[in-house]
Amino acid sequence: MRVALFVTCLVDLFRPGVGFAAVRLLERLGAEVVVPPEQTCCGQPAYNSGDFANARAIARQVLDAFDGYAHVVVPSGSCAGMLVRHYPELFRDEPETLARAEALAARTRELSAFLAEHGSADTLDVRFAGRVAMHDSCSARRELGIGAAPRALLDALGAARVEFEDAEACCGFGGTFCVKYPDVSARMVSDKAHAVTASGADVLVSGDLGCLLNIAGRLKRMDSPVRVYHLAELLVGIDGVPGIGDGDTR
Amino acid sequence: MKPTSHAFADNAHRALDDATLQQALAKAGVGFVAKRRAAVAELPEFDALRQAGRAIKDHTLAHLDHYLLRFEETLQAAGGQLHWAETPDAACAAVLEICRDAGASIVAKGKSMVGEEIALNDALEGAGFEVVETDLGEYIIQIAHEPPSHIIAPAVHKTRAQIAALFEAHHRQPGLARPLESVPQIVDEAREVLREKFLSADVGITGANFLIAETGSTVIVTNEGNGDLSATLPRVHIVLASIEKVVPNLEDASVLLRLLARSATGQEITSYTSFFTGPRRSEDPDGPEEFHVVLLDNGRSRLLGGAFHDMLRCIRCGACLNHCPVYGAVGGHAYGWVYPGPMGAVLTPLMVGLEEGAPLPNASTLCGRCEEVCPMAIPLPKLLREHRRQEFDRGLVAGRSRWALAAWAFLARRPALYRLASRAGARLLHKLSRGRGRFAKLPLAQAWTAARDLPAPQGDTFMAQWRRSKRG
Amino acid sequence: MADPRAAILGRLSAALGHAADAPAVAPRIDAHARGPQPMWTESVRGRFLAKLEKVAGTWADVAAPERIAEAVADYLAVQGLPPRLCAAPHPLLAGLAWPQGWEVESRRAAGDDRVSLVVAFCGIAETGSLMLLSAPESPTSLNFLPDDFLCVLPENRIVPRLEDAWALLRDERGGMPRAVNLVTGPSRTADVEQTIQLGAHGPRRLHVLLMKPPAQQALRARAGD
Repeated sequence: MRVALFVTCLVDLFRPGVGFAAVRLLERLGAEVVVPPEQTCCGQPAYNSGDFANARAIARQVLDAFDGYAHVVVPSGSCAGMLVRHYPELFRDEPETLARAEALAARTRELSAFLAEHGSADTLDVRFAGRVAMHDSCSARRELGIGAAPRALLDALGAARVEFEDAEACCGFGGTFCVKYPDVSARMVSDKAHAVTASGADVLVSGDLGCLLNIAGRLKRMDSPVRVYHLAELLVGIDGVPGIGDGDTR
Repeated sequence: MKPTSHAFADNAHRALDDATLQQALAKAGVGFVAKRRAAVAELPEFDALRQAGRAIKDHTLAHLDHYLLRFEETLQAAGGQLHWAETPDAACAAVLEICRDAGASIVAKGKSMVGEEIALNDALEGAGFEVVETDLGEYIIQIAHEPPSHIIAPAVHKTRAQIAALFEAHHRQPGLARPLESVPQIVDEAREVLREKFLSADVGITGANFLIAETGSTVIVTNEGNGDLSATLPRVHIVLASIEKVVPNLEDASVLLRLLARSATGQEITSYTSFFTGPRRSEDPDGPEEFHVVLLDNGRSRLLGGAFHDMLRCIRCGACLNHCPVYGAVGGHAYGWVYPGPMGAVLTPLMVGLEEGAPLPNASTLCGRCEEVCPMAIPLPKLLREHRRQEFDRGLVAGRSRWALAAWAFLARRPALYRLASRAGARLLHKLSRGRGRFAKLPLAQAWTAARDLPAPQGDTFMAQWRRSKRG
Repeated sequence: MADPRAAILGRLSAALGHAADAPAVAPRIDAHARGPQPMWTESVRGRFLAKLEKVAGTWADVAAPERIAEAVADYLAVQGLPPRLCAAPHPLLAGLAWPQGWEVESRRAAGDDRVSLVVAFCGIAETGSLMLLSAPESPTSLNFLPDDFLCVLPENRIVPRLEDAWALLRDERGGMPRAVNLVTGPSRTADVEQTIQLGAHGPRRLHVLLMKPPAQQALRARAGD
């Protein structure tokens, strides 16, 4: 099984460890992981800013880069949602490209969904017995309907899952929203960080680095004891790995 | 009202700093969400109804001209009069003419969002009529001289203490000192003051949740009974409606009513759901002598078949407001016009112009919760994005944002260059973080770091490390 | 400005790509097709009463039409109200023997009427609603002005769902009266801090007198089930 990994721009830039964790998890399933070098970003910043021309150009680049791979895996619900739901929308009026976009959409999976589908729970080689709060990104939850998969993986780790208040609410990241409307975004992430802290969780995980950078940033500002990781990191073990926003010496 | 949607960012900032408003919003949000959730959970057929409701609206819109003609015919057969109005001004003029012809002095109004849209109160007051809003929430904001902040709970931004103070200031005669603190005391006070108005009003004005082509009926849903009193006691009843409100028959209205109450307040049905068909019949002991429907377009006909067509399905339940994290944080007034929240962020630019309404479609994380709870399955995030596309295409995006986007896209479209730039950025930021893992402050990132730290990159980019590992 | 009617209809027809003057909608309207119907397992009476109670309505069984006055007296006694009411000029209420000294007027409501007594067209089990039709024997003002709203509902006039009420209305009346009021519990508001308060503008209390129909009618109702 050959799997092409769409690293995503945020993982590439901020948290390469998530990418390597994804590779390990996929390889443990017996997959040969390929990272097409012509990838940059899924184009969502342009798309959500109304710049459809650049969004299409970047989408075409992704279509080319991931052409011919039977499986495309993305460690982000947001970027996976872009490929699966929005590329076909972008090329609605271009039949040829639309067909390619729909084919890519059919081959693309968010990481936790792919792992759960392929029996990853049985191949995990670490345990984590702490209390874990799981934040679903809005894209994973609502665009892709992902919820059970990451939880099944956490259960397989032996983690104690804890619920927190208003879990279905957005964390306030929203791509460029968080810098365009910083005080509204601040209020949203503050509510989220308080709810997570109040849950008593040791660790917060999510499948989306955008949410995690946002929530971790707020948790650290609040001096919350909650440590923050991408789900993939927890699944390969976080011993000795500083959480998102934590220093080397922690 | 003069829109202030262009100033959303400032409006939102003020709203976030307003402790009293925040107290009121905190109380409201949780209740609406929980009530809707319980009501939907109790009805296994909700999803099937949602699909049926959507199909009814889609069908009616696909024959909107025919259904409006049929409505006109049946309304007239029942003795009602229909007034077509293309613009808010034309709608106001039609209402004023009816009121003048009736020799009216007092006008009792039930809640109507179309009334807000056309700024009817200003027009009536300007023409010398005494206008009394009779829905408690509308009455509160009328005496506060404020617009509604929610389409079904207009005074949701007011606390009990604020309402008591308003009543104190507006109702109190010297020497009269009834306590006015508890909710029952406040409601009773309004009941007493407004009862008098109902009995003396010459004209009653209500909105319409639906128009029924089959029978020529207009439908309102209320809980207080004020709409029914406005429709029953005065000599003349005027219904304000917009063209997308029509549905084919009573069975179709039944489907939508089941969705409306649950989505709005979490009720199975409101206390009063009333169907009005023409003026009083010759033997009737009560009811108005005249029955008028003012039918407003205000740009809706231009939406039909276009990019915003789906918005015409909206039944004004308010569920998208109640579930919107942005609305929940800043309240309705920040949106700067009549319709707030996600539905308002779509409608406002269409009705007041994209220049004025430009910030609203951007003031959303596109989290999709609005679409998820919309009983008409309106793809609100998609429509917000469509506004953004038009703003971008029309050059309404601020220079700095546009420039940043262009610079980023330039790199994103050149993978080799992008890898160099991202690698340089990651390494620089990592180095600057000096092992602390985050930044409390960073040049050019104040918007981010004002409220939160910025996690620092771990080191080299994934792509660079991957390449190295494959080579080695 | 040009004729707004023609302008609006013209834009709609142009957008839809068909002629405005060819109404093709009559069959769709006349089909009266029902949407998905909420289902439940209780009896129609049981469902009606459960839903009525859920919205703070009260009720009492009335064994026969001639016992209505007694049931009203019971209600007024419990509420501590004086024996004064405004009754709808309905045939079912016309021949009632009111106790000595009672003030019962048969007319539309005035602003200071405390208690009204009306007869519902039918009840709807789905939501615990009463359907009231404006008519000479049923003034609409009685439904909204008084503090205490008493409504006679013959037990065999409870239909399962809203659509059944429309079918009954078409069958028995042939068309819509000026006003059809679906009344579900007393008047309420949540406009002050989302706190539910009964008796906003309309009745503070709603009391249903669930009447056993005369023997003959009961038989007919059973045959119709």
